[in-house]
Amino acid sequence: MSSVAIAEHPHADSREFTAQPLGKVGVWWFLASEIMVFGGLIGSYILSRIAAGGWVAERAHVNTRIAIINTIVLVTSSFTVVKAHAAAEADDRERTRWFMLATVLLGCTFLCIKGFEYSREIEHGFTPATSLFWSFYYTMTGLHGLHVLVGIIINFALFLAVGGGGWPRIKHRIEYAGLYWHFVDVVWIFLFPLLYLA
Amino acid sequence: MQAVAEPLHGHAHGEELSFWRKYVFSVDHKVIGRQYMSLALFMMLIGALTALLIRWQLAWPETPVPGFAWVPEPTMFAGVVPPEFYNALITMHGTIMVFFVAMPFLLGGFGNFLIPLMVGAEDMAFPRLNMMSFWTIFTASMILVASFFVPGGAAAAGWTGYAPLSADPQFTGVNWGINLWLIALALEFASFLMGGVNFLTTAINMRAPGLSLMRLPLMVWMQLTAAVLFMLSVGPLVGGAVMLLFDRTIGTAFFQPARGGDALLWQHLFWFFGHPEVYVVMLPGFGVLLEVFPVFTRRPIFGYKAIIYSTIGAGVLSFVVWAHHMFVSGIDPRLATPFSVTTILISVPFAIMVFSMVASFRGGSISYPAPMLFAVGALATFLIGGVTGIFLGSAAVDIYLHGTYFVVAHFHYTLFPAVLFGGFAGIYFWFPKMFGRMMNETLGKIHFWITVVGFNCVFIPLFLAGAAGNVRRVYNPMQYDFLKHLAPIHQFATIATVVLLIGQIPFVINFFWSLFAGQPATDNPWKANTLEWATASPPPHGNFEKVPTVYRDPYEYSLPGLAEDYLPQGVPAPAPRGV
Repeated sequence: MSSVAIAEHPHADSREFTAQPLGKVGVWWFLASEIMVFGGLIGSYILSRIAAGGWVAERAHVNTRIAIINTIVLVTSSFTVVKAHAAAEADDRERTRWFMLATVLLGCTFLCIKGFEYSREIEHGFTPATSLFWSFYYTMTGLHGLHVLVGIIINFALFLAVGGGGWPRIKHRIEYAGLYWHFVDVVWIFLFPLLYLA
Repeated sequence: MQAVAEPLHGHAHGEELSFWRKYVFSVDHKVIGRQYMSLALFMMLIGALTALLIRWQLAWPETPVPGFAWVPEPTMFAGVVPPEFYNALITMHGTIMVFFVAMPFLLGGFGNFLIPLMVGAEDMAFPRLNMMSFWTIFTASMILVASFFVPGGAAAAGWTGYAPLSADPQFTGVNWGINLWLIALALEFASFLMGGVNFLTTAINMRAPGLSLMRLPLMVWMQLTAAVLFMLSVGPLVGGAVMLLFDRTIGTAFFQPARGGDALLWQHLFWFFGHPEVYVVMLPGFGVLLEVFPVFTRRPIFGYKAIIYSTIGAGVLSFVVWAHHMFVSGIDPRLATPFSVTTILISVPFAIMVFSMVASFRGGSISYPAPMLFAVGALATFLIGGVTGIFLGSAAVDIYLHGTYFVVAHFHYTLFPAVLFGGFAGIYFWFPKMFGRMMNETLGKIHFWITVVGFNCVFIPLFLAGAAGNVRRVYNPMQYDFLKHLAPIHQFATIATVVLLIGQIPFVINFFWSLFAGQPATDNPWKANTLEWATASPPPHGNFEKVPTVYRDPYEYSLPGLAEDYLPQGVPAPAPRGV
């Protein structure tokens, strides 16, 4: 249905000056601005930590073991979203569905583990108000968690949409959602060593 | 294949849309552009009222402002502005004028209306996202206006929200006002991030065949650069706003030195965005001038490519000048020097742009209708702002001047020309395209002369007051003996403010009168070349009958050997003389 509508559209065929679809250009610019959001936070964290010193004692209370498990979960979800994209490119809608579902479930697993981690920390008295380290810890992982949540919602909506109409458009959107999901992953790859290992 | 609005326009060509879909929740970039502009003009009214109250307090401190006796306590006392409300006024004046007037006016309004028309597209790349961006800033504006009415009043920590003043309610006595201010700012940023994605994708990907980057109208270049600057600079402040909100609500201590935080960190995050933001607002204003000058001098713009490269250069440099706002904040002098150098360096690309504009006049057949008057006024007044900027860029001079009215006068001399002179030039210029009617020329000229005289009479005295040591952000400068002799200067500036405000009445009358009873406009009333003039006035839904093809540069005026003195971008072969 959509391909017919676009063919009739007077402008559509001449609109790809960069040979990239509009959605992709838009998503890349969006991600560029997102890099700056996390970049500002990460930069502030690094500079504050260098200036203040003595944070190692604070850092000793984070649970690195849980974070390693969570890292593996999130990286695996990046793998499944790539598989979903590959399946979509091959027009295998059934496989696409299952890999999208796997991505959603892995995302939910990440959030559940993170929630468990938060509750353990708060139980032991480490709240955002405890110290500057914990302020950064909760703000950065919280903002990241929010991005994971948004990603889960988008991926879930696409999982539902794969079975319906408008497949060419859905195919593209799976790729864009994948770009976003990878970004969320990469942010975690920066947060994990900065907060848990350094 | 495409994400572009398939069903949106498919319908619209045939069927009539309901009133709500057509004028309120519209996805048409032309309607959205006009919505942005209306919002900006409405917020400008509030911003102007705050300016009037501030000026009154400075000229006749602690006396009742005429006509404001009705404002209830504790906001005002029988028309007298109390110190707490004065702080809220200067905060809200800055916030409203920069984020809720300048940006929606120049980017939201002109950017939305012009980019698709100028690149020959039928709409923005993501029309629904465009609608969402407008309703997001609309919500943000309402939240900001509402913050005047919450207990404790509106935000009162300055438009820069410096920590720790802004980080703890006990310092300003304002709790909800600052929370709402932060939420409004965050929504405003989100709105323009959506807008930025749209602007960039549209201008990069949806250009008409033949419209290469080096054939783009300069307005589109300016909007593009502004969008890139905004999107790459606002991120850290989004993070900063979240951190500040957490400081205020859940007890973190990012910006509170007493608890291990760092107050200067906020200033870095704010100005890392705040300085590029100056250009985000200024470049589209320049864009208007660059479109208006060639049309009314009938000459190609001088140095088209030099202007583009200067814009890009200024954009890159704008990311490494922010600390010049912090010379008196206690930063290391070894850090101040490099920022002094970059700040003075950034005047080079702007000088190239200004000289190119001036050189464009040479040999032209110049006429001065209202848009041209405002554009020339913008250039002349901006020069004063630009030159005083060089004073302030030098750290040694800045240490004396930074805390004074000199800085106030300086930035009003940069932003007022760009936003208001440039913006008014744009309205007079594109009004026929927006609404299909011409504006009244006589009222336009009256508006211009009162505005330009009024504006200069407000702010030249403030340079003098600042150089004489009049500190800013002070409720009542007359309480200091060494400033008492400046009272006549402040009174003069305040009277000029009233004149400036009264001078906007002809514009309001002109705008509404022309909207309904103006002389109908032709498709190309100014005989201009760019693509927006190649379609009907106002353009139909979908903008162009068929995809325009672009054959040449945007400013081909007064070519020798042609019958007409202009040659639109979309016309295939030049008509020879005498046909």
